[in-house]
Amino acid sequence: MTDIGFVGLAITGLLVLVAIALSLWRQLGLEGTIAWAAVRAAAQLLAVGGVLTVLLDPAVSILWSWLWVVAMIVFAAVTVRRRAPEVPQVFSLALTAFGIASLVTLGVLFGLGVFELDARTLIPLAGLMIGNSMTATVLVARRLYDELRDKRDEVEARLALGQPSTEAARPYVRNALRTALTPQIETTKAVGLVFLPGAMTGLILAGVDPFDAVLVQIAVMYVVLGSAATTTTVVGIGVQRRLFTRDHRLLPTPSPKRQE
Amino acid sequence: MVGPSGSGKSTLLRLCNRLEVPEAGVVRFRGDDLASLDPLHLRRRVGMVFQRPTPFAGTVRENLQVAEPALGDGAAAQALERVGLSGGFVDRDARELSGGEAQRVCLARTLVTNPEVVLMDEVTSSVDPSATRALEELGAGLAAAGVPVLWVTHDLQQMLRLADHVLVVIDGKIVHAGGAAALETDAPGVVRRFLAGEEAT
Repeated sequence: MTDIGFVGLAITGLLVLVAIALSLWRQLGLEGTIAWAAVRAAAQLLAVGGVLTVLLDPAVSILWSWLWVVAMIVFAAVTVRRRAPEVPQVFSLALTAFGIASLVTLGVLFGLGVFELDARTLIPLAGLMIGNSMTATVLVARRLYDELRDKRDEVEARLALGQPSTEAARPYVRNALRTALTPQIETTKAVGLVFLPGAMTGLILAGVDPFDAVLVQIAVMYVVLGSAATTTTVVGIGVQRRLFTRDHRLLPTPSPKRQE
Repeated sequence: MVGPSGSGKSTLLRLCNRLEVPEAGVVRFRGDDLASLDPLHLRRRVGMVFQRPTPFAGTVRENLQVAEPALGDGAAAQALERVGLSGGFVDRDARELSGGEAQRVCLARTLVTNPEVVLMDEVTSSVDPSATRALEELGAGLAAAGVPVLWVTHDLQQMLRLADHVLVVIDGKIVHAGGAAALETDAPGVVRRFLAGEEAT
């Protein structure tokens, strides 16, 4: 087992100093941000570590872990709303999407007995699944909104021919879903060749047999693929429904003000 | 229908095709309140062609099939001939067409639904003079064949060439409605000033 302790952690902090020094040398003006990011990451993770230590205690009910999963879903939905604020009711949409993806993926993982259900498996797997689907979820919401805004002429020409809104929107929903899912698919293809993903690296560092670590990693990648496809599809369909009226009109789509 | 830009001509057409709904008042088609009609069915009865050509990705055939999924090659060729294009166009990439060709495909696409009325929103504003003439002839031909065309234009010469009845829209109001011939003499002062101003530019 690997235990770097606080001394080891403090030593790796030297690398943050390297980043700060480079920023100063090249006058990037990022010193403050780097220091804040490093401190913030440490504080957040230490806090999470503390909570996990409590949750993983066998004496603590697994209901608390489920509550933690719900909290992660809510936080993910908040993040999606912050990054795609122009989409009407995107919060409830993201909440639904992550909820359904959780049911599907956790249902397979635990329902079919791939992993034994306890806090030690539930929290990390749900975290990986939600965290890794978030980018694709934001991407599909933004992309579909942009497609329907930029191609309003085309969409309305389709409506004017008597196409129902679901059909008129279909090519643009397809484009948005493809765009949002492609990076995840590319990552899946390149895994192992280009980079060693986090779950596997962590397990190997922690002393797990590399082959066992690889099996877990492959399973995790499948989970992420499945959940990203689920969340993007739910959000894609949801955004389409929210941007059209019941009587098949495309609502106004003002230019979004976005923070990156 | 003529009027200065921003006067509400396009909005009026969009109301007729139900791409927009009125905040107040009622739009009727053949006596029926549009709000009481199925919008999808209404849009096929009241076809609309837009200012900028809007070819969809895919072939011309696929464009026509958006209007009528079961459209066969024979019917597609007929639809194209109706707008003065040869049947050979069916396999062309709709996005590769010239502006005038694309606009004619858009009209053909609308006609595939057999509309009872056709709304034309400045359809010649982004095409070359020969395509303009072709589209004008098509519009006149439709009207002669008993399909009324509501044609929006800012080109008064075009209005004089095409119109049987003229609506003048200024600031969101129809300020004049009547025969085209008597326009210059019978119309109220505001309309004549608008016409004179437009012709001067």
